Amino acid sequence: MAGRNGSGKTTLLRIAARIVRPTAGKLSFPGASSEVMGDGRPGYVAHTTMVYDELSAEENLILFAKLQGVPSAAARAEELLKEVGLYERRASLVRTFSRGMRQRIAIARALVHRPAVLLFDEPATGLDPLGIAWLAKTLGEVHRAGCTVVMSVHGESEISALATRAVQLDAGSVVADTQAGASLHSILTFGGG
Amino acid sequence: MVRPNVGVKAPTPKQHCEELRMGLMGNTATLLGKELRTEFRSRELLTTTVVFILVVLILFSFAINPTTEESREFGPGLLWLAILFAASLMLQPCFLREQSNDTLSSLRLAVSDPFAIFLAKLIANTLFLMVTEVLMLPLFAAFYNVPVLPELHYWVLVLFLGSLGVSVVGTALSAVSAQARMRELLLPLLMLPLLTPVLVVSTTVSVSLMDREPVVLWKGIGFLAVFDLVFLTALWLFGEYLLEE
Amino acid sequence: MLGATAMLLVIAAAYASFFVAPTERTMGLIQRIFYFHVGCAWAGMDAFVVCFVCNLLYVWKRGAKYDWLAVSAVEVGLVLTTVVLISGPIWAHPVWGIWWTWDARLTSTFVLWLLYVSYLLLRTLIDEPDRRALLSALFGIFAFLDVPLVFGAIRWWRTQHPSPVILGGPGSGLDPTMEKVLFFSVFAMHVLAAFLIVERYLLEKMKSEVDVLQREAEAL
Repeated sequence: MAGRNGSGKTTLLRIAARIVRPTAGKLSFPGASSEVMGDGRPGYVAHTTMVYDELSAEENLILFAKLQGVPSAAARAEELLKEVGLYERRASLVRTFSRGMRQRIAIARALVHRPAVLLFDEPATGLDPLGIAWLAKTLGEVHRAGCTVVMSVHGESEISALATRAVQLDAGSVVADTQAGASLHSILTFGGG
Repeated sequence: MVRPNVGVKAPTPKQHCEELRMGLMGNTATLLGKELRTEFRSRELLTTTVVFILVVLILFSFAINPTTEESREFGPGLLWLAILFAASLMLQPCFLREQSNDTLSSLRLAVSDPFAIFLAKLIANTLFLMVTEVLMLPLFAAFYNVPVLPELHYWVLVLFLGSLGVSVVGTALSAVSAQARMRELLLPLLMLPLLTPVLVVSTTVSVSLMDREPVVLWKGIGFLAVFDLVFLTALWLFGEYLLEE
Repeated sequence: MLGATAMLLVIAAAYASFFVAPTERTMGLIQRIFYFHVGCAWAGMDAFVVCFVCNLLYVWKRGAKYDWLAVSAVEVGLVLTTVVLISGPIWAHPVWGIWWTWDARLTSTFVLWLLYVSYLLLRTLIDEPDRRALLSALFGIFAFLDVPLVFGAIRWWRTQHPSPVILGGPGSGLDPTMEKVLFFSVFAMHVLAAFLIVERYLLEKMKSEVDVLQREAEAL
């Protein structure tokens, strides 16, 4: 999803994450594969880590794994930490993490229950080129594992280039869609509307 | 909203209830563990609450300088006032600390029943209050020369029921005040009128326990239990709306 | 129309309490305040009941009109409760020589007053209209559930520590004429309350519409 500030990208993601209740209408994820689905809850990554600063990376992941009923929470946490490259810092408090590491723990938290859908609000914000490259690689892997990624982006980058479909939002409505023939470039530069 | 698993058989109502209940209890236990672990690492809530009640008790004795007879009459009231004020300070961070990294959103996403979030917090808060009170009780008895040992088990009962009431109401209102301005002033302003019944009844029962011939006022204790039940039920019914955005 | 009716009824009730009701044996003239005191108490309480129902409806249906009605009912209820709290001492002083004794009913009314003052205070501290409506509705629900507990607790406390009772209890054997005047007074105060609530509701509705227009203008 692309669009100017205030076009509704964050709100839409938060509605999909069931954090915000819509004033009207419904949202559903049709055709979700049941093997990957877990229990219907999407993963959600936003601007904050949404984990506890006073707990360690490992403790945070075990907490969220247990809450969502993931079997063998400790093993799952270990697996995720290795995947995002935080295994060496697993016992450090999240308070001590850098920006890039904070994003990695946020992604790990979102993926803990193997969701079929990952909602990502402006993933590239505040990342250096190395961080963006890592994120693009990771999102590609997540997608190949069967997860659908819905993300809001700002401008063109390695990450927006991953899109298999793009829409442009303006004042809460979809004004352009690659599925309807608009080009990715025009959507990302707000030319679609 | 998000449609549940396509192709997975829906659970029977009994199974669903079973799942939900285990979900609620399991989630509450997990979250309670997190609350306790966080507190025991920093101990900031406990230490500040203990010191606060201590200071209040000392200041009261400067202001009133009671005799033993007066202490029997006024002491418990002062103790409960101190507990109420301390609680209204201790409960400020309850939901505020979930705001800095928006962990409230991730919790809401992760738990099956949002009541688990409240249940865990209010159990933790009741525990913290009781730990503080148990530490304060001997000091209170010493400062004011009043007997608490003879009826200790009833004291613990009153302290428990009263603290539970304070905790249920305070935890719920902490979620409200965290979303408003001037929250440091707002939380006491919301809590204290609502908790008037707890103050009045707990004090009366406590005074009666300290009489020359102590009497256990079972009506009062029953009343506190009813208060706790009413607000626990209200929180169970309306809690998820308190967390809405 | 409602306003005119309300005014007439209140004037009629005033007339009745001064000229129709017989003089009370022990307290004399000042006792006549009782008719307004009790009328305001019941009307105030019913206003808070209206608020409670609106709070529940708002949480369930989320219609802004429930929020408008709730705040209107609380403001009118608070005004009436303030009258109760002021007329109590006005009655007490000539009769007993004291202004206040923490009598059970007055004390409970005072706590009730504090509860709903907190409700209004909460509203002023939340700017966003939807959030304000929801959170104040939830607090209103909690506050109303507390009301019977407050009255019960303070009454029980007073049985443990008795003290002079200011309000001689309206049910304690009233003269039939007095009873009629009392019910008429209560009715008059209810009509007045209804009129005030409606006026306040319309004001709140307008305020809300202006607020929406303002936000739209700012967004442009």
